[in-house]
Amino acid sequence: MTTITQAPPTPPTERIATRTARRKGFGISPWFAFPALAFFTAIVAIPTILGVYYAFTNWDGISAAPSFIGFDNFVALFKNPETIQALGNTLLMAVVITIVQNAIGLALAAGVNSRIKSRNVLRTFLFAPVVMTPIIVGYLWQFLFIPNGPIASLAKLVGIPNLNMLGDPATAIWGVIIVVIWQHAGYSMVIFLAGMQGIPEEITEAAALDGAGAWKRFAHITWPLLRTPLVINITLSLIMSFKLFDQVMATTQGGPGYSTQTLSTLLYFEAFQFNQFSSGIALGVVVFLLTAVISFTQMRLFRDRNAT
Amino acid sequence: MNRYTWRTLVLEIVMIAVTAAFAFPLWMLISVGFRTAPEVAQNPMGFPTSFNLDNFIGAWTQGELGSAFMTSIIITVTSVVVLVICGATGSYYFARSRGAAGMRWYAIIAAGLMVPFQIGLLPLYRIMASIGLTGNPLAIILISAGVHLPLTVILYTGFIKQIPAEYEEAARVDGATSFQIFWRVLIPLLLPVTATVVILNGIGVWNEFFTPLLYLGGTDTVTIPVRIYGFVGEYGADWGKVFAGLVMASLPVLLLFFLFQRYMIKSFGSGLKG
Repeated sequence: MTTITQAPPTPPTERIATRTARRKGFGISPWFAFPALAFFTAIVAIPTILGVYYAFTNWDGISAAPSFIGFDNFVALFKNPETIQALGNTLLMAVVITIVQNAIGLALAAGVNSRIKSRNVLRTFLFAPVVMTPIIVGYLWQFLFIPNGPIASLAKLVGIPNLNMLGDPATAIWGVIIVVIWQHAGYSMVIFLAGMQGIPEEITEAAALDGAGAWKRFAHITWPLLRTPLVINITLSLIMSFKLFDQVMATTQGGPGYSTQTLSTLLYFEAFQFNQFSSGIALGVVVFLLTAVISFTQMRLFRDRNAT
Repeated sequence: MNRYTWRTLVLEIVMIAVTAAFAFPLWMLISVGFRTAPEVAQNPMGFPTSFNLDNFIGAWTQGELGSAFMTSIIITVTSVVVLVICGATGSYYFARSRGAAGMRWYAIIAAGLMVPFQIGLLPLYRIMASIGLTGNPLAIILISAGVHLPLTVILYTGFIKQIPAEYEEAARVDGATSFQIFWRVLIPLLLPVTATVVILNGIGVWNEFFTPLLYLGGTDTVTIPVRIYGFVGEYGADWGKVFAGLVMASLPVLLLFFLFQRYMIKSFGSGLKG
């Protein structure tokens, strides 16, 4: 799925290169792999396998011998209106964030990948939110959104009085979406930018000499070559929005009511506030299946369009 | 094509305006931190009238940010060192060992990137509790090392596979052992990808909130994000003090970013490719 693009050093001599081509690999002690495999097994593999098992039991996190109850946890989850709302919120956030964040990222990348003199400075400032701690970004925006605060004052200027973005159940989810997009748009921009800088300048110049306008050059040269960064960007923002937790906890904690509850925050409340451990894990499995299905479908869709 | 035309000028002005709007929250972060609570309540967007440091002193002492910084630094540095060692040694075996076993293990670890942490979260918590590591920063180091391992191994293995094997082959002919080859030959070649690994993992571990909250919440040794969460809970209404705390908490990362922005942006942008 993933490879790196940094250029490795070149070989010392051609003569040795032909000889090594015949031998495949070395006899390396398996002890080299031991630390990595030990960490992976203990921290990722075993807990995940246990988790999938517990999702089908009535484990409460305390009792030693949970009993197998089949799909009861999953059935109960989908009978619970809170889960349905959290699922709806998560899907809405994932779709809106993925589309808007990538549209903004693409526009910013196109703007920065031009001949403007300030491009390096602008790129740095546009990227800065990406490295900030999400919980700090959440609190920063909580202040920006307070009633009569900076954003509410701006809204008043365009004729929206008494805006209480995060306090109103109708608008709170859009407030959280804005926070997330602000933090991650620079990330999408940088990935698009890496793709754009891989486009040889001769191609665009030749097209310009042949009379292709800026829009035609973008539609026929830049855009087709941006398909790979686009797939990376969509996958990253989908996975990220399904795990959304920090920014929600810092701004709304899932409220008002359940209007900004996501699957991740609900999982946290189910498991650690209400001690519903096994239904919390069942929710984790649902999140995983959703993420897997959507990223897989998304990759297939793009591959099919590539093939035809 | 190389000329700076009036269209470029228009684009430049538009982009500067867009970036200014984009950076407005960052300006608010700094300006509110320097103002007193009544000033902020009266006019949230006003400029700081004086270079008022009371908020910063208050946030530093009442927020106990000093000890939180120490905890965050120790956890981040140790986790990154563990990740570099495990990632480099493991990837050396995965990429270079004879037979298919290496790449099979690699595929399993790489698949870990797709598994959401939520499924294993609670069983892992029970395991950590049973060996007495809840409330111990060591738990965060172990978990961070495990969770960030798939990306680290993907980066290292991909890089090693692109390095021609001739260097190692030549050393082997001279009678070097696997360990000597790894230490003397491979490690120096891995420096560029190690920089990427350090940047991505360092920022990832430093910013982590959920796991430290779960394991360290309520103890004396908490990381910066967890401390900020508690601090805002206590002083939520005093925005000046809260923002002074937020400024100090984000300063190390932002400072490093503005110093090394070229490398950092490159790491994020070119680290992963489809």
